[in-house]
Amino acid sequence: MTDPEAVDILLVEDNPNDAELTQRALKKANLEARLTIARDGAEALDYLLSDRPKPKVIFLDLKLPKIDGIEVLRRARGDQRTRSIPIVVLTSSHEERDISECYKLGVNSYVVKPVEFDKFYKAVADLATYWLVLNKSLL
Amino acid sequence: MTILEDAEILLVEDNPNDVELTLRALQKNNLASKVYVVKDGAEALDFIFATGPFAHRKVENLPKVILLDLKLPKVDGIEVLKRVKNDDRTKHTPVVMLTSSQEQRDVLETYSLGVNSYIVKPVEFGNFVRAVSELGVYWGLLNKLPY
Repeated sequence: MTDPEAVDILLVEDNPNDAELTQRALKKANLEARLTIARDGAEALDYLLSDRPKPKVIFLDLKLPKIDGIEVLRRARGDQRTRSIPIVVLTSSHEERDISECYKLGVNSYVVKPVEFDKFYKAVADLATYWLVLNKSLL
Repeated sequence: MTILEDAEILLVEDNPNDVELTLRALQKNNLASKVYVVKDGAEALDFIFATGPFAHRKVENLPKVILLDLKLPKVDGIEVLKRVKNDDRTKHTPVVMLTSSQEQRDVLETYSLGVNSYIVKPVEFGNFVRAVSELGVYWGLLNKLPY
């Protein structure tokens, strides 16, 4: 029985184009994914640490206004309420330093956003299928 | 020259039928040649930490992902997971539970030990093949590693 209030994906993304593309990719892949978007790190943390329904997975960009992705990851992993939510960093950064830091902080997965539009679409669809359909979450 | 044990995917699975199916599924994306199979938890630990019969391996030649069953002879999956995630040399290696258990208790325990992902083995053959194939593409190709 599906809880109408439930959230599948918390997308933390400040770029409106990337957010739009992500939404379209999910629709196209026919994944009935209930998406909530946070436009900066502060909004993401406010959401996660509130009483609102926890997402099944978080897609987290790194370069965000107010509070950056690394800090969101750190705090989400540091809080009992959000410690076990799968977090996938979805970012344009392929900097060794960022990848390393994310794994140190306990990210579940790190995916570099494809530059090409078609590949981006496919990556998002693959990501959503993996984490919403295949992966068993605690929720 | 590649040593066979420098695998990209370490499959820890004691059921030979499941091994066969998993390899076939991975082969659909040409990943079967990158798999090394161990059949119990003790062998898995020897492989990962380069001890016993695998002393010639180097620990730093980490696989891209460890596919780990829960119920294993000798040392169980939980113990293997604990050892991998508690060692600085190996803790960043993605570990994916690939198990028939749907017990909430098992899911909970593995997440609290830092498992990257938990997959319940589909019972139906077609679904099993599809799931493993997706697994292989995700962790073998899509996911980016710090090493």
